[in-house]
Amino acid sequence: MSEKGINRRQFLHTSGLVVASAAVASGGGPLLFRPSIAWAMSFHTLDEHTAKTLLKMSRHLYPSQSIEDDQYARTIEGFDAKAKTDRAFAKLLQDGVASLDRAAQGKWLDANDEVSLQTLKGMEATPFFQTVRGTLIGADGPYNLPEVWKKFGYEGSSWQFGGYLSRGFGDITWLPKD
Amino acid sequence: MAKYELTDDGVVVIVGSGAGGGTLANELCQKGVKVVLLEAGPRIEINDFVNDEWPMFNKIAWLDKRTTSGSWRVAKNFPNLPAWTVKAVGGTTVHWAGASLRFKEGEFKARTVYGNIAGANLLDWPITLPDLAPYYERAEDKMGVTGTHDIPRLPGNNNFKVLAAGAGKLGYKKVHTGNMAINSQPRDGRSGCLQIGFCFEGCKSGAKWSTLYTEIPKAEATRKLDLRPQSQVLRILHNAKGRVSGVVYADKVGKHVEQKARAVCVAANSIESARLLLNSASSTFPNGLANSSGQVGRNYMRHMTASVYAAFPQAVHMYRGTTMAGIVEDEARNDPARGFVGGYHMETISLGLPFLAAFLDPGAWGRDFAGLLDQYDNMAGMWLVGEDMPQETNRVTLHPTEKDPFGLAIPNVHFDDHANDDAMRAHAYKQGSAVYQAVGATKVIETPPYPSTHNLGTNRMSEKPRDGVVNKWGQTHDIANLFVSDGSQFTTGGASNPTLTIVALAIRQAEYIADRLGKHEI
Repeated sequence: MSEKGINRRQFLHTSGLVVASAAVASGGGPLLFRPSIAWAMSFHTLDEHTAKTLLKMSRHLYPSQSIEDDQYARTIEGFDAKAKTDRAFAKLLQDGVASLDRAAQGKWLDANDEVSLQTLKGMEATPFFQTVRGTLIGADGPYNLPEVWKKFGYEGSSWQFGGYLSRGFGDITWLPKD
Repeated sequence: MAKYELTDDGVVVIVGSGAGGGTLANELCQKGVKVVLLEAGPRIEINDFVNDEWPMFNKIAWLDKRTTSGSWRVAKNFPNLPAWTVKAVGGTTVHWAGASLRFKEGEFKARTVYGNIAGANLLDWPITLPDLAPYYERAEDKMGVTGTHDIPRLPGNNNFKVLAAGAGKLGYKKVHTGNMAINSQPRDGRSGCLQIGFCFEGCKSGAKWSTLYTEIPKAEATRKLDLRPQSQVLRILHNAKGRVSGVVYADKVGKHVEQKARAVCVAANSIESARLLLNSASSTFPNGLANSSGQVGRNYMRHMTASVYAAFPQAVHMYRGTTMAGIVEDEARNDPARGFVGGYHMETISLGLPFLAAFLDPGAWGRDFAGLLDQYDNMAGMWLVGEDMPQETNRVTLHPTEKDPFGLAIPNVHFDDHANDDAMRAHAYKQGSAVYQAVGATKVIETPPYPSTHNLGTNRMSEKPRDGVVNKWGQTHDIANLFVSDGSQFTTGGASNPTLTIVALAIRQAEYIADRLGKHEI
């Protein structure tokens, strides 16, 4: 069980969610989900349904083979923390999830991939969608987590190692010679 | 460091400590002139830099609220961040990549060489390349520009090697690791480049020239400089004779402070410099200071910019080493047969994963986009930067209703691409993509412009007072002791990154100001 950055108050086992998303593929092949890793989130303000829906939404917006569920979940925990002190923000998320459900004519969480994607596309212009999307690719999103960088081959801060002058800044070998 | 009285009307006040203001301050201090240098941002030293994109962005970027309008994509993707500049001592020289290219002779004569381009407000500069050449020499020496003054060029990193290999396949000839104000060997008390990367986040080794740790400490050593960080100038004051007499600034606790001055030099980058002149309107100058031409804030240029990123079957690690690691110069020429006037450069660029996620294709989502980011370590990138057309309607104006915390109107930046800009960008995308496809790119992406780093033209230089704001010395046509000392004085933008030209103009302007002060003409 991974407990990185996780509070213990409430554990959510999301294997069902992971299976539902596992059909999503990207250019290089099937995405590598890890249903065996159970992750947990703790909430103070958002209800479980809202949080789970936001997590699935994160996966659909940026379905990376190098980002784990618990790493997307960090963004949702950030939403929860902000929602605690910002009622308008909490309402934006809760209303957004409700409109996803309405559009999916049931729980969007249970919708298949095609329906899920179409529903999201229909909401692209909404402040709810843009808030979630913008956060995911910003400073509070998974692409800004150092443990995620490693999976992408991004090495982060280098000055403390003397930069790359003697560590491969020009080590490319596969380019055509002529 | 000197400390001057607020009532000392013998000081030259400089607003802004970047490439223009920081250089001008040092040049004047070396000549014995008393200088008060007012910088809106804090003094953040090399020890405070971190190799981490978002934290440094939040620490140094100019984030005061601005609004945008017009059809440019920046207004859609970054409506409150039209420009990517710095609010800290050293200004945008903390953030810049170091590319130091001279304008070409014809680029000083854009109206003559390009002719009458519909919708463009083209004008020849009132100076020529021969006028500026000696100052380019001194600027290159001061900044330690590679490929000049017998300074060796930097070694090429992986990102450059990909660019160079592709460019070679296309038959491009002028391909090299650039003329960079980054030490390729120890020089001027600063170390050689360690290929750290993170040039945009402040150079942790100090190998890259920045006024923060070159011009400003040198000026302080003369005991002529009174540097005041966290001092944001709100208004320029004038006397009954219509000459400027001082400034009002907000100090670090927000208190309004008046500093008298013998002359004022504005170097706050093109958006704030124009805004300051406009916000300094008075009953004598109801349209703003130095604005009898109505040109203050107009002709805003940001260079034709775009990027091409590409994914390859094997690793590149573009982030290793300098951000702008090399250049293709072959397209930087005026050849209207390509369907546009003016030229552009290809320069490598790299972003870390956090910034690439945000800037690769702003607004994009879904499996294709995420799949592309998944190939981060196999990606290479280039920035495309060329001359854009000055247009009167591209301008910085005062927002009609929104105020900053000091009660002053915030700036709105309006920009529409000119048809020439669009044609150049289309050509640059095509050629940039071809460079990468020639060496096996599996995927190429055309990245739209980032928030503007090259902000130019809003107080432009002109021979005749009716055509612009300042004369060939950067002295305002209307007020003899008011100067503009940053990129806002550019008449046209050329195809080159602007910093070297800003520094050369500042060195030249310092000679002029010191001479006129000595003759008691200002």
